[in-house]
Amino acid sequence: MKLFDRLLAIDRRIIFLLVAIAVTLPLFSKTILHIEISPMVKGVYDAVNNLPPGSKVLVTFDYDPASAPELQPMALSFFRHCFSKDLKVIIMGLWPQGPIQANIALEDVFRIPEIKAKNLKYGEDYVNLGYMAGNEVVIQRMGSDIQATFPVDYSGNKTSELPLMKGIKNFDNIDFVYNLSAGYPGTMEWVQFAVDRFHAKLGAGNTAVQAPGMYPYIPRQLVGVLGGMKGGAEYEIIDKHPARAVSYMLSQGVSHAVVVFFIIIGNLAFFATRGKRKTSE
Amino acid sequence: MSTNLGVWIAAFLTLGIMSFLYKDNPIYKFCEAVFVGVSAGYWFVTEYFTVFLPKVWDNVETAINVLQAEGRMDWFHWSYLLGGILGVLMLLRLVPKIGWISRWPLAVIVGTTSGLWLINYLVSNAMVQVRQTIIPLYVAGNLNASIGNIIIVVGTFCGLIYFFFSKEHKGVFGGAAKVGIWFIMITFGASFGYTVMSRMSLLIARMDFLVGTWLGLLK
Repeated sequence: MKLFDRLLAIDRRIIFLLVAIAVTLPLFSKTILHIEISPMVKGVYDAVNNLPPGSKVLVTFDYDPASAPELQPMALSFFRHCFSKDLKVIIMGLWPQGPIQANIALEDVFRIPEIKAKNLKYGEDYVNLGYMAGNEVVIQRMGSDIQATFPVDYSGNKTSELPLMKGIKNFDNIDFVYNLSAGYPGTMEWVQFAVDRFHAKLGAGNTAVQAPGMYPYIPRQLVGVLGGMKGGAEYEIIDKHPARAVSYMLSQGVSHAVVVFFIIIGNLAFFATRGKRKTSE
Repeated sequence: MSTNLGVWIAAFLTLGIMSFLYKDNPIYKFCEAVFVGVSAGYWFVTEYFTVFLPKVWDNVETAINVLQAEGRMDWFHWSYLLGGILGVLMLLRLVPKIGWISRWPLAVIVGTTSGLWLINYLVSNAMVQVRQTIIPLYVAGNLNASIGNIIIVVGTFCGLIYFFFSKEHKGVFGGAAKVGIWFIMITFGASFGYTVMSRMSLLIARMDFLVGTWLGLLK
């Protein structure tokens, strides 16, 4: 009983320290955990993989640096997949920092030799339309006219003069929409406006907090969802290019084990000392 | 170890915020104040350049130019001024005597938002979801799909029964409600697990930054 009493009185800072160690030490290891591919991630991968070269993919960056650890690896692997299949990528954001995160991901993906060799050109192979204020109303307006919604791109070029944007009027001219979302506005708004109103085909990458709320939309309204860092790691594995998300999974696994261990110990100690507490009351 | 000043500042702020885990201290307070101040400044500038300037100022300027050059009222561009006026009315909350006027723009926001969302919610979160629950309980040759479909139907049905309060939760009805609460609890558990994963992901990235980018200990 004394052991359980001590465990219940353990200083929370000791638990913080153990979690910090559990997160940090695995970063030094090159071990790659076995990762199962979930149907939700496979749905997104297959949807992109089945697109013919030249198809137009709209990638919406609805997150900021606070969620980058989870969503940036997804953006990177998705860009790599799109460019390797010669898809045309149109970037936009309903969060002000979203298009900046997109540019960071583009810089990273252009360092990959296989993508660098393609010598992709801005305006022809990819464009960044930038941020547009207005949340879901922006999606609503894009359903009528994308170029009127974004008259200029991120750098101030006229959208109508960009070769890639020629012939793009609304969602009818977009083959696939991929939404990276950390909250509002995000995947739910894209489902409600782009999918259910304008019949766009949508896949998503979400922060882990948000992902469970999106699963009910699969498969009719969403082809799939990448949920948190694990979802990102699954995409890297299925795309056969393990990168940052995969390298973080060992830390994720060990830290989860520590949390689960303390939950079990805490509950055991709580129930073992419950009778004693009742008596003392 | 990094020689980049920005990395050092980021490392200091990260450690400063993390120091709260030990106990509240002046360095934490300083880092928190920096965060709040930078955020407020950033959002002010962002709103000015992405909302006020392109949505109000540019459109009103166009309307004035059309009026001066062609002598006609360009109502489309003038209409943006209405949004600007409503925005100013919202600020009247700061003047207690006429603060009640701020209810007008609020009424516009509530009215347009509910109008915009009503149909969308009904379609996406009710009708399509009901349709997604009308699925076969037995899928020939696919045991996994059959089990999955049964769980979806039973979970939805029992979950709805739990929230039906017009009949006492007794007998078969009570049993179904109990199954419903189990499904709801499992859902909460899954959400909590995902939340832990999300927070751990942020911590992993911060530790990677401290140990790798700042200290240069990772290869």
